[in-house]
Amino acid sequence: MSWIDIGDINDIPLRGARKVKTAQGCIAVFRTGEAEVFATSNTCPHKQGPLNEGIVHDRKVTCPLHNWVFDLETGEAQGADEGRIMTYAARVEDGRVLIEAAKLGRQAA
Amino acid sequence: MKDLVIIGAGMAAGRLVEHASEQGDWNITLFNAEPRGTYDRIMLSPVLAGDKTYEQIVTHDAAFYEDKGVTCRFGERVTAIDRAAKTVTGDNGTVSYDKLVIATGSEPFMIPLPGHDLEGVIAYRDLEDTERMMGLGAGQKAVVIGGGLLGLEAAAGMHARGVDVTVVHLMGHLMERQLDEAAGYLLRKELIERGIKVLCSSNSKEILGENGRVKALVLDNGTELPCDLLCMAVGIRPSVALAKEAGLACGRGIHVDDQMITSDADVLSIGECVEHDGAVFGLVAPLYEQAKVAAKTLAGQEAGFVNKETATKLKVTGCDLFSAGDFAEGEDRDDIVYRDPARGVYKRLVLQGDRLIGAVMYGDTADGGWFHGLIKDKTDVTEMRDTLIFGPAFQGGAALDPMAAVAALPADAEICGCNGVCKGQIVEAIQGGATDLGAVQATTKASSSCGTCTGLVEQLLAHTLGDDFQMPTAKPVCGCTDLTHEDVRRLIKSQELKSQQAVWQELGWKTPNGCHVCRPAVNYYLLADWPVEYQDDPQSRFVNERKHANIQKDGTFSVVPRMWGGITTPNELRAIADAADKYKVPTVKVTGGQRIDLLGVRGEDLPSIWSDLNEAGMVSGHAYAKGLRTVKTCVGTDHCRFGTQDSTGLGIKLERKLWASWTSHKVKLAVSGCPRNCAEATCKDLGIICVDSGYEIGVGGAAGMDLKEIQPLTKVTTEDEAMEQVVAFVQLYRENAKYLDRPYKWIAKVGMDWVRERIADDAERARLVAAFELSQSIYQTDPWAELSQEQKARKFGPMADLTLEAAE
Ligand code: SRM
Ligand SMILES: Cc1cc2nc3c(=O)[nH]c(=O)nc-3n(C[C@H](O)[C@H](O)[C@H](O)COP(=O)(O)OP(=O)(O)OC[C@H]3O[C@@H](n4cnc5c(N)ncnc54)[C@H](O)[C@@H]3O)c2cc1C
Ligand code: SF4
Ligand code: FES
Repeated sequence: MSWIDIGDINDIPLRGARKVKTAQGCIAVFRTGEAEVFATSNTCPHKQGPLNEGIVHDRKVTCPLHNWVFDLETGEAQGADEGRIMTYAARVEDGRVLIEAAKLGRQAA
Repeated sequence: MKDLVIIGAGMAAGRLVEHASEQGDWNITLFNAEPRGTYDRIMLSPVLAGDKTYEQIVTHDAAFYEDKGVTCRFGERVTAIDRAAKTVTGDNGTVSYDKLVIATGSEPFMIPLPGHDLEGVIAYRDLEDTERMMGLGAGQKAVVIGGGLLGLEAAAGMHARGVDVTVVHLMGHLMERQLDEAAGYLLRKELIERGIKVLCSSNSKEILGENGRVKALVLDNGTELPCDLLCMAVGIRPSVALAKEAGLACGRGIHVDDQMITSDADVLSIGECVEHDGAVFGLVAPLYEQAKVAAKTLAGQEAGFVNKETATKLKVTGCDLFSAGDFAEGEDRDDIVYRDPARGVYKRLVLQGDRLIGAVMYGDTADGGWFHGLIKDKTDVTEMRDTLIFGPAFQGGAALDPMAAVAALPADAEICGCNGVCKGQIVEAIQGGATDLGAVQATTKASSSCGTCTGLVEQLLAHTLGDDFQMPTAKPVCGCTDLTHEDVRRLIKSQELKSQQAVWQELGWKTPNGCHVCRPAVNYYLLADWPVEYQDDPQSRFVNERKHANIQKDGTFSVVPRMWGGITTPNELRAIADAADKYKVPTVKVTGGQRIDLLGVRGEDLPSIWSDLNEAGMVSGHAYAKGLRTVKTCVGTDHCRFGTQDSTGLGIKLERKLWASWTSHKVKLAVSGCPRNCAEATCKDLGIICVDSGYEIGVGGAAGMDLKEIQPLTKVTTEDEAMEQVVAFVQLYRENAKYLDRPYKWIAKVGMDWVRERIADDAERARLVAAFELSQSIYQTDPWAELSQEQKARKFGPMADLTLEAAE
């Protein structure tokens, strides 16, 4: 798998997220632990809420607009709500955040 | 006989000599920069703590080596390797080799802070460092930079010698590489209880000296920590300088293949100085394996080093903790969390599919070995998943006790704050025959005033009486806990819980860090009760409060500058108009709160529009906050023919006093100049109607989802008195109300009489005012000014923009 370096882990607040612009639309990169990250589509399937602005708890995020909760590992909406967000492989290496290049439709730099 | 030269006589080299002298016919020369042979570096901590002596930790001394025919050149540093001539040069001369092994270990990393080269600034790596620390005695001061395994060992060791030790750690919790936050919290708590000072999230700025000797460490925030010795334990770097100069291939460490051979076929390397398949090493087990492989390679036998999935078991002097496997990274994982606040126990298992892949434990590590085994053997744990966390002995699967948190309270924990009643008194009363809430109220007075401790008293009844008590169904905060909001508030106060981790652990939370329902509430309770000790956590706030702007349905934001008491100036209006033009604001609206709203601002533009408005003297209006919103006023005596007092002036004063305060829900005020009430004060959280003889103050109004008229609180004659009453009311509300209860809802629970009584009490009112002012001294700052600083402003934009590169 090839990876794209998108920045320093400390640019994402612990239990927070940042947005990354891509040709395919915005991705949200979540930091759930000191060195644990997840990447998903930034757009809530309900009414397009920006997920990078949600509250991050455990390995989940709550959409800021109407509180749908998504599992960051599977992308599935939790509880009674139905929907799914796209997930991307992401990892931390030497303090850098890497996300998978393949699904973004481009080669790693 | 062939010549074998070994550089470094550390733990890896010691093992190598043992194997090599058995397996081959070598003429060995052993260099060591340290003026001694090999000792068990791991045991330096017991030596430091005084539990062992140096003699007890020696593994291979000069006599041992000489017995094996090894020429020892101890206290001699190798300064050059000449690979063409196949020689090694030390301080005392050159020697030639047929095969060379580099085993130089690592070097401690020293942060290049100003003053790092002062006398008394040391690392923690060898016997010399240890002896320096042992040289300190009771009453002397030491600072340790680094809250990892090594730093804490150094701190614990020196503390055991009576030294006054402070640990300064950059990250938010101790040992962040081995422990998660919850276990890190417990470790910190234990160290602090022992008397070691621990500062997390603290960055060092410079080291101060006097006559060339260390005197103090200065932190980023200006704090000065005086010390006689400063120990830096912030990490190690493979010792590669010598190999690099000799032209050997190096990455982070010296590159070796599976046979431990470097890029030169006659040069091998083992220990912490190597890099194998991308990995570098910091624990001794794999290094012993490398020594074994290297000996075989030298003897011409087949052998290959495999870096096994290492699970690490840790022991920080006197604290029981265990961490194994991968608990921090990976995908598709589930957590199982168990907390027992009474015993200070925390366990977390990390599962991936049907396997256990990681475990962190604190306080009770008895099952560590068993979990470690499950991890190593990749056992399928599907069958025992429900009871896994209880360990190998447990098969029943009983549910956790929802009463655990209350059961864990000490007898002197205060349950009822109004009447100063402790747990012990209540339990005594129950045992004495008070078997329902009414009887407890009658005998102890607990829960007979504001009533917010009712839930706790009921839990004590249930806990003390067992099945004899029928628990009324109180609504817990959310799925993460069985406690109600009121219970959580009381326990935060009475148990002096001052961090989120303290709440999760001591109150037995069922999730690692709450959810979007409980975390904002807990964050608020902590900062309301401990404004000085607790640090507000933006990540526990809803987007509007984190962004200091209201999010709109299309993801843009609104910007509402403060207009004190509804008064503005031509200059402010011009600045607002300019900002609206510059940032292409689609809608400019006058709000129902007597000020102007700029709607539709892009998230990226927030810091710059704020900075523009700041320049014109305006600050955030907190139109997004669970805090003071607006103070509406009418024109009062300034212009109105009916005005009895300066309602505009009082409104402005109140807004200046209360702005930027955080409260349980939003708080809106109004001051009307006469009973005609043009400022609509009678439907505000707090409304003042001015009359000829003074000020009538009412509270608990609302005009949102419920329509409520204010109820009279008091009537006073001067502005100063009015201010004091208002501040006391807001603070009482802040200290007691459930998160997201507007004042009218809270008053309905505790009763207007109770509110009046508390505020009428002179001593209590003075306390409330002082508490409010203390909190404002910290929180009354303009978030716009802070967040528009360049560093922070950057975070409002995207972290990366991959569209730019893709377009090329
Ligand atoms: C801007 C404003 C409407 C306006 O254009 O006038 C407004 C806008 C919103 N109000 Fe309001 N309220 C505004 C005055 C009011 C008033 C009138 C007043 O303050 O005199 C009320 C009734 C009085 C009261 O609060 O009792 C009012 C009662 C509410 C409520 C119901 C509160 C309740 O406890 O029942 C909500 C919902 C909530 O807070 O949970 C709400 C929530 C909201 C939110 C924040 C909804 C949201 O969460 O997104 C709206 C934000 C819109 C946006 O995108 O910016 N707004 N809102 C007013 C801003 C006043 C200001 O300058 O700060
Ligand atoms: C206080 C402390 C506690 C520890 N606790 C644990 C633990 O609990 N568990 C665990 O697994 N590990 C622990 N470790 C780590 C463990 O000690 C190391 O992994 C191990 O010692 C590394 O062995 P090594 O042979 O690679 O290097 P070292 O043991 O460091 O030996 C390298 C030797 O080479 C010498 N040298 C370097 N350059 C030259 C040169 N140019 N010429 C001559 N000589 C040179 C050095 O002076 C040194 O003596 C601890 C370490 C410390 C300091
Ligand atoms: S009344 Fe409703 S729609 Fe109008 S601003 Fe208030 S919350 Fe929004
Ligand atoms: S847009 Fe995400 S929950 Fe409605």
